[in-house]
Parts: sequence; C-alpha cells; structure tokens
Amino acid sequence: MLTLTSPVDTPLHRLPAGGKLAVLALFTAGLFWITSPLWLTLSLAAVLLLHGLGGAAFARHGLLLLRPLWPFVAVVGLWHLWTGDGIAGISIILRMLAAVAAANLVTMTTRLSDMIAVLETIALPLRPVLPPRRLALAIALVIRFVPVMSERLAQIAEAFRARSPRRAGWRIVAPAALAALDDAERVADALRARGGTE
Amino acid sequence: MERSLSHIALFAALIAVLGLVPKIDLAAGVPITAQSLGIMLCGTVLGARRGALAVLLFLGLVALGLPLLSGGRGGLGVFAGPSVGFLIGFPLAAFVAGFVVERTTLAPVWAATAGAVIGGIGVLYAFGIAGMAVVLGKTMTEASYLAIAFLPGDVVKAVLAGLVTQAIARARPGALLSRA
Repeated sequence: MLTLTSPVDTPLHRLPAGGKLAVLALFTAGLFWITSPLWLTLSLAAVLLLHGLGGAAFARHGLLLLRPLWPFVAVVGLWHLWTGDGIAGISIILRMLAAVAAANLVTMTTRLSDMIAVLETIALPLRPVLPPRRLALAIALVIRFVPVMSERLAQIAEAFRARSPRRAGWRIVAPAALAALDDAERVADALRARGGTE
Repeated sequence: MERSLSHIALFAALIAVLGLVPKIDLAAGVPITAQSLGIMLCGTVLGARRGALAVLLFLGLVALGLPLLSGGRGGLGVFAGPSVGFLIGFPLAAFVAGFVVERTTLAPVWAATAGAVIGGIGVLYAFGIAGMAVVLGKTMTEASYLAIAFLPGDVVKAVLAGLVTQAIARARPGALLSRA
C-alpha cells in the first residue's frame, strides 16, 4: 500500500479537499451533459493539462492509472468502427477517459487524512445511526488488518506448499476466512475490555 | 456491538487481501481474482446486514484513495469508469447472498452456493451491466455481451463460496453469523 496520493507535491495538493470533490462532481455531471466531441476533447485536454502541472513524473503516474481502461477503449473503438458511427465512439471514449482521469487527479492530490476529514463532515447527519468515532475505528481497523491478514495468507500458502506439491489456489481461502473470524472475536474482546465502542 | 464492528472491519480487510491473491487466468485469458469471492463470503458468512456493511466499508476505503481493488486499483477514478455498476452492486450482492443463507434451511453449502449465484451473479450483473451500458453508451443487451466473459469465473467462485462457507460451518459452527 498505502495510498494513491502522489508524493510529488503539486499546487493542487494545497487546495481544500471538499472544494476539489465538489468541482469533480460538477465536472463529471457536466461530461454526461455535453455530447459534442469538440467540447469533450477540450475537457480531456484540460484534465491532462492539470496533470502536467505536477511535472513529468506526476503526469506519467496519472497515465499509468488510466491503463486498466484500455480493454474498454478497444472494445468500444472496434464496435463503432464496425457500426460505422465513429464520432459517437470517439465521444464515448473521450468522456470515459476525462471522467476517470479527473477523479484520479483528485485522489492523487488529496491526502488520506483530508479525505477522511471530508467523509466525517459528510457523515455528520448520520450521527444517530453511525457515530463518527465508530466509523473512524472501523476505518483504522481495516487499515491495520490488511497487512496483518496479507501476511497471514502468505503463511497459510507457505504451509500448504510445505505439505503438497499441488498449487494452493482457492484452498487457502477457507483458513484465511477462519483466521479473520478468530481475529474478529479477539478484537471484539479487546475493544470490550477497553470500554467498548462508547 | 463490538462484535459486529470487528467482524465488519475484519471482513472488509479480507476482501482487500483476497484481491491481492495472484490472478488465475481462465482458458479464454480472462483474469479472475478472489476479490468477488470475498464479496460473496461477506454475505454468506456474516449475513445480509453485516455482510453489506463490510462491503460498504471496503468501498469507502477504496474511494478514500486506498489501492485495495484487485490489481492495486483504487481512488475515485474507479467510480467514474465502466466498472462502476459492479462496485455499486457489490454491497447489494453481499446482502442478497446473506439473505438467502439466513432465510433458508438448506445445508450451508447449498444455501451459500445458491446465495452466491443469486446475489453475486444475478444481482451483481444486473448492476454491472447497467453501469457499463451508461458509461460506454451501449444498450443493455450490448453491454451484457461484455459481462459474459466473466461469467465462467464467477460461477466457479459461487461454488467456491459454498465450499468455503461449508468449511467454516464445520470448523466453527458458532462463527457462521448468517446462521447464528
């Protein structure tokens, strides 16, 4: 891990997280309103230009995050070549790339602590059902236990390999789930021993 | 309360960890990961409500910028891409899978397999296909062709969810919260 926030400091890092998220929401909604390929190209260009603000390394990291989209770009591209409606295909691809790149940009330039602060503000109205402290505790537990369980899974796989020439594959999932259940009981006991969750 | 919270958090972590298991390529070259198996297990093991909350917590952390989705993906971008429908469908898939296990009296292996098929495939694909149709500008029928590539892998995972749930029911009968 740990986060997708870029270590390269850009001017965007210093903007308030809530503001960036609001602009992102408006921008994404806007992308689904406009249909002209020209405006979509300009939108994508604007997002890429903002990536450029952070320098070459930052921009390269941003492009790398778009890589999982290529199968969809290929499928939509081929589909519209086949139906002969190329303009529509280009619009769809441009809109998708601009929306994902803009969202990635916010993630890359916003620290986890700032994101959590925004989440706490958004969750305020939910206070009666979801006390902020309980939410914070749940988030902290997940962040703590991902590396712990990842190591546990590696140990289980290693133990399996020591006993069998076969590949472990799915057979390690049941012991991993059991370990998670046992850990959960222990964590619950530990929380209760320390006064519980309010 | 502490018990619910710790189970929800630990299973959210389990979904993340299962996404790190190396991908297995099916014959057609379609990669499958154990991540959606984790989603199904949240429902079949924790039950409808806790299972759905565990998945929501996991998605919340992904949105905050943690690279917990399979392949190290995460951040807000994944919610703007073509897979957004699957992400929205994840908590509902876990809820339905858990609901089936809670409300039927079948043996855990059959109840969990049925729940995983109905929730993890039926409900999940309905949302996933709708999401792809919107983002890629296609009709539902056209978008469903894209989803078919993942169907064999998810059928395998639904069966595995049944087997893993059965293994848990045997090893720790009291820990299967969906039947507690």
